[in-house]
Amino acid sequence: MAVSFTVNAKPATSDLPPHTPLLWVIREDLKLTGTKFGCGAGLCGACMVHIDGVRAFSCQTQLSQVAGKSITTIEGLSPDSSHPVQKAWLAENVPQCGYCQSGQIMSAADLLKKNPKPSRAEIVEHMSTNLCRCGTYPRIVRAIERASREG
Amino acid sequence: MTNAALDTTLSRRQVMIGALGLSFAFVATRLDAAVRASSMTGKSLSPWVSIDAIDGSITIMSPATEMGQGSTTSLPRILAEELDADWDKVKIVAAPPIDEIYGNPGFGGMLYTAGSNAVRSYYEPLRIFGAQVRRVLLDNAARRLNVPVSELTTEPSVVVHAKSGRRLTYAEIAAFAQVPAQAPRVTAADLKPTSAFRLIGHDTMRVELPNKVNGSAQYSIDVQVPGMLYATVLRAPIEGSSPERINDAPARAISGVIRTVRLDYGVGVLAQTPYAAIEARQALIGNITWSRTGTAQGFDSDRASVEFARAARDLSAPAKPWEPRGNAAAEMAKAARIVEAEYLNDYTYHAQMEPLNAVASVSPSGDSAEIWCGTQSQTMAQEAVAKALNIPRGKVTLHDMLMGGGFGRRGHRDEEFIIDAVLMAKAAGKPVKVIWTREDDVHNGRMRPLSAHYLRAGLDANGKIIAWHQRIAVDRVLPFMDPVRYESAMGRDGIVMRGTEFLTYDLPNLMTEQLYRDTGVRTSPLRGIGWTANIFAAESFLDEIALARKTDPVALRLELLKDFPRGRRVVERVAEMAQWSRPRAQGRALGFAFVDYSNTPIAGIVEASVDRASGKIRVHDVWCTIDCGIPVHPNNVVAQTESSIVYGLGMSLMERITVKDGAIRQSNFFDYPVPRMNEIPEMHIEVIRTDNRPTGVGQMATPVMAPAIANAIARLTGKRLRESPMTPDRVKRALA
Repeated sequence: MAVSFTVNAKPATSDLPPHTPLLWVIREDLKLTGTKFGCGAGLCGACMVHIDGVRAFSCQTQLSQVAGKSITTIEGLSPDSSHPVQKAWLAENVPQCGYCQSGQIMSAADLLKKNPKPSRAEIVEHMSTNLCRCGTYPRIVRAIERASREG
Repeated sequence: MTNAALDTTLSRRQVMIGALGLSFAFVATRLDAAVRASSMTGKSLSPWVSIDAIDGSITIMSPATEMGQGSTTSLPRILAEELDADWDKVKIVAAPPIDEIYGNPGFGGMLYTAGSNAVRSYYEPLRIFGAQVRRVLLDNAARRLNVPVSELTTEPSVVVHAKSGRRLTYAEIAAFAQVPAQAPRVTAADLKPTSAFRLIGHDTMRVELPNKVNGSAQYSIDVQVPGMLYATVLRAPIEGSSPERINDAPARAISGVIRTVRLDYGVGVLAQTPYAAIEARQALIGNITWSRTGTAQGFDSDRASVEFARAARDLSAPAKPWEPRGNAAAEMAKAARIVEAEYLNDYTYHAQMEPLNAVASVSPSGDSAEIWCGTQSQTMAQEAVAKALNIPRGKVTLHDMLMGGGFGRRGHRDEEFIIDAVLMAKAAGKPVKVIWTREDDVHNGRMRPLSAHYLRAGLDANGKIIAWHQRIAVDRVLPFMDPVRYESAMGRDGIVMRGTEFLTYDLPNLMTEQLYRDTGVRTSPLRGIGWTANIFAAESFLDEIALARKTDPVALRLELLKDFPRGRRVVERVAEMAQWSRPRAQGRALGFAFVDYSNTPIAGIVEASVDRASGKIRVHDVWCTIDCGIPVHPNNVVAQTESSIVYGLGMSLMERITVKDGAIRQSNFFDYPVPRMNEIPEMHIEVIRTDNRPTGVGQMATPVMAPAIANAIARLTGKRLRESPMTPDRVKRALA
């Protein structure tokens, strides 16, 4: 039975098996490949999206769980990379290989939505969910502080 | 790969400049350029640079592949500097895989991005090319303006005749330019002085960054080809083992699975969807009987580390010298005092964030193939596919994609993850995307090798080191990762032995010996290659010598660097930044290490503490100074150094692969943790600018971390940690 939901404010339907991780539905069916596969186990955060406005591991979310829900992926965060987090990410030259960065940005946007003026410790705690093997962490911290400041 | 689409439909007048053959062609279309250049030089040429006569855009080829290190931006910027191009008008395009034109001079002309040497190796040729193109533009402008060329200067993308106030843009010149049959002669003396640089040494945003914040950056895992199927491959746990009996019924029962494919080294699954392929791979586990073949059968890394250490310290065990100098044996015999120590380095895993994958399409007759992959070597990727299909290299079309991390994992001669896709595509008769799961990526990982180090130093009556002797029992890398290069290196395994030479330390009598070990374990260059293991041993040992001599560790390094002012400068500066002599808070201590990594001197100091109950080490701060000569892209030098530090931190404290019965025990980030944000120190990095030719930056700080941390813990607790990584269990044992 097809599952209907919303992705980046557009209606979407998938008839993949209901236990299919949302990650693969987004990437291969909907062709929104900015959301990445990193570990398949909820350990790295490369697959982070927002479900009804809250960050979630798309690799740990089954298709059946998103019926009627509203999903935002990196492609839907802003139409033109104008989200404050995206702007700050460029201003601080954060990405290296870039593979984890969609997930990082989605986590950061989730943080600032809940807590527009996070402390350094709150940033570190929230962002330790996401791995970056290139070690861009100090720049991620600076970018979140910048986004918080510049809005 | 680039911020500009490759424009293949040019039908306007352009200046096209070929490289290496240095033929120049003035032509109407790109296609014609190749034909014309070909007719002049006898070989097909592709341009390094094209200047568009209408919009003034300057297209520059980028020969290096991009894994986050920034070469895609840095290399074209070097050429643009001497061309005096307006950077805003530069478009960067991935060079086609033509070794003769774009090959890396640092790797025998092969297209290969590794060893932190892209800028180092291409720096001079790209400056010369840029200057030659500029000279052609100047000569043409001189003829048009009827003035001597000596009266002309350039501003970004403009030739200026100051006397008359006349100006010709590069685009205007491109519309009438004639290209000489011979390239103009340009020597190093004709190049810009460092003080005149507008681009080199100045920051810019890396060209591909905008695509990395909105999800549009394309990695091979993102490629979709019409009619494509998905595949996974369950590889044999041991290199050289094959599937003997396969029960694929449970795998085939999964909805969306098409069939399984027996490969020599594993079992592939073809499926309609990626998740069906992943589920079917899971269903194969326990349903395949693997042959008991392959050198690693029965191998146990814990037992091996004991055996390696025993052999290293047994001076009668056979060993092969590596770049000895002076006479260490004779001087050792004269020593007033001998200090000795042992160290161990475990297998470690790359853990690049993008699990390996590739997309391939093979023609129905099998006589050509198309591949989409993230590779550190376009040459190796094409050649491996050609070999697998027994077709000429020219029949392999390569789409080189961004890499979600490389760290040395994607530059093996066999490029096995690409071959997975090729073999599965051939079996399917359709394009196939093969995705390794994270578990595959770990189990099929190719590791930094296991190594055991025995070191001895002979000191004279004044404490000066008059003899240095190191014996390293280490799993081989180069014979496994690149037999071709191993042969051309005449059986020398530089991947494991580099970092033992200490060319800029005052160690006149030095003997290093390699005890060759072939365990059959899959091994690889990994960020820092031999330096991470060898510098952990040597820089830890130097602190032990300093302690034995009652000398300050930094003072000892300065003494050893007496003939290397660049080295002394990074050491003195880092000591100043960290306030080396200032006592630290209770429970904390500083540790120091220095590396002269392939002519990039780098020094680091860490401030660390240890929780004695858990054995967990915490690094609070890192100070680091690096002199890479002229920093082509300074902010990127800092970024790469931050990155190297974090990578080194993980290797030092938490990353450990163990092998039982030949198979890797770890499988994902729960049992192979890598540093998270809450584990990283404050980093204080200073790039020391000198006018020396640029040297590498991509991995230079990684080897600093383990010895600096071990040295800090020794100063804090009096206990020497001799095994890397310094995991909590090991630390607890050492402190007990």
